[in-house]
Amino acid sequence: MSLSRNILLGGLLCLCVVAAALISFLWTPYDITVMDIPNKLQDPNAAHWFGTDHFGRDIFSMIMVGARTSLAVALVAVGIGMGLGVPLGLWAAANSGSWLDELIMRGNDLIFAFPSLVIAILITAILGPGAVNAILAIGIFNIPVFARLTRAGALPLWQRDFILAARVAGKSHARISAEHILPNVANLLIVQGTIQFSLGILAEAGLSYVGLGAQPPTPSWGRMLADAQTMVSFAPHLALIPGLAIIASVLGLNLLGDGLRDHLDPKIRVMRT
Amino acid sequence: MLRYTLKRALSLGLSLAVASLVIFFVIEVVPGDPASFMLGLNAQPDTIAALRSELGLDVSKLERYLAWVGGMLQGDFGTSYTYRTPVTEMIGDRIWVSLPLALYALTLSTLIAFPAGIYAASRRGKPGDMAVMGATQLGVAVPNFWFAMMLVLIFAINLRWFSAGGFAGWDKGVAAAMKSLTLPAISLALPQSAILARVMRSALLDVLGEDFMRTARAKGLTRRQALMRHGLRNAMIPVLTIIGMQFSFLLAGAIIIEQVFFLPGLGRLIFQSISARDLIVVESVVMLLVFLVILVTFLVDLAYAAIDPRLRSRT
Repeated sequence: MSLSRNILLGGLLCLCVVAAALISFLWTPYDITVMDIPNKLQDPNAAHWFGTDHFGRDIFSMIMVGARTSLAVALVAVGIGMGLGVPLGLWAAANSGSWLDELIMRGNDLIFAFPSLVIAILITAILGPGAVNAILAIGIFNIPVFARLTRAGALPLWQRDFILAARVAGKSHARISAEHILPNVANLLIVQGTIQFSLGILAEAGLSYVGLGAQPPTPSWGRMLADAQTMVSFAPHLALIPGLAIIASVLGLNLLGDGLRDHLDPKIRVMRT
Repeated sequence: MLRYTLKRALSLGLSLAVASLVIFFVIEVVPGDPASFMLGLNAQPDTIAALRSELGLDVSKLERYLAWVGGMLQGDFGTSYTYRTPVTEMIGDRIWVSLPLALYALTLSTLIAFPAGIYAASRRGKPGDMAVMGATQLGVAVPNFWFAMMLVLIFAINLRWFSAGGFAGWDKGVAAAMKSLTLPAISLALPQSAILARVMRSALLDVLGEDFMRTARAKGLTRRQALMRHGLRNAMIPVLTIIGMQFSFLLAGAIIIEQVFFLPGLGRLIFQSISARDLIVVESVVMLLVFLVILVTFLVDLAYAAIDPRLRSRT
């Protein structure tokens, strides 16, 4: 079966961003910690592909290193969401209708009532701004997303014959959840994972933009946009390029998520053929 | 319907009570004593103690929580530690920027998304559908604060149609105030309208396959007539859910957008209060935002039941 256009295009965009982040560990065109004031605010040219900022630093190099921050924050935040949300969802589904299920779901509702950015602001207000606290803030909001999705995917499975067979065989709820339910909801989780990953990149950029995310000297796309704000009238490339980097990553992940959903969902696959 | 409403209202009250507990005790963890912070490094211990007593910080946390909640129920949010003015007044000034901004953005988002979603669903698989879906993919990926900067660059700096920031104030007239909220509202609305258009399209496509739609077509209605008369109402449940959720995204998004446009709204108030350790203001603004989100969820639940009578008996 051929891969869809969405997977190819999304995968390509994601590959570029991941490659930029990984290569930046070994090599960047210029050192981003060195200022070069005589060459400040240059438009994109042969020597500096994306131009230079107000300290004369190479924007292309900063975008490469910034990709690292974005990807790391979003990835760990998705990890937190999945790591806690999936077991909670599986647990709630296995004990559906019990007070435990009710408690988990109402707890989730409560987190949803807090606008995600407000949670992030509260956490950074308590713990101070920084990449780690941004991860925590974004990760906490991911927990109910994965818990709900896992529960919704797992509930109908508990009515199926193969689960009944496993119960008759004497397997515990935890073992059935791990061995039979989880593999069957994995597709859902992968697709949602890519979506939450892209939302994580957007959230990290937003937090860094208001000064609550990664702190200088760690480059971050959101921080670059905040620095560019006062210079946008005479050096628009300072704002344009980090913005396009964010859009490319988020678009890539969303296309990949859409493509994977179509690819992994047998119903949609049948409809296509 | 009355029983359904009462049940939902009870759940609304419970959610608010738990939310107030969480907010109060989470914020109380914030390091730094407001009184010492306000008086500076060289303050004498007895001066700090006097200010703590004046601010009501010398009683137990439980007493402070009960006083805070009791006050809020009577519309009194307490007095700001730093400005020494009633928090209700401070919120009252700023909510008339943030709330109209969120509602303006929600209106724009709905006005863009409904026609786009309906158009895409009615042209399923055709170039028009693909163009709308492509545009929405891009719309979802654009960070709203970046889009806001681009709008400022084009419409404020280059074309000079709007001011680059600031709020004219409602006393200068509705038109002037709305004009200063227009670029912020557009930048907030764009990503939300992209999401809403996608939901509208898929909800309509789901409905199009239903038996009652075939019956409507068999009665002689055109595809468009069947869609407008029977399809839309049935597709509204998922669409309403998203509109309800979007309100909370818009309120939260407004916090960042207010920074881009230097709007004197609740978002700026939160940031200023956090840096000044003005806990009572932070608590009250966050509680107000959460109250608005929970209230909208409650109203959406009621709207479901009004649209789909089957839901009333189910709960």
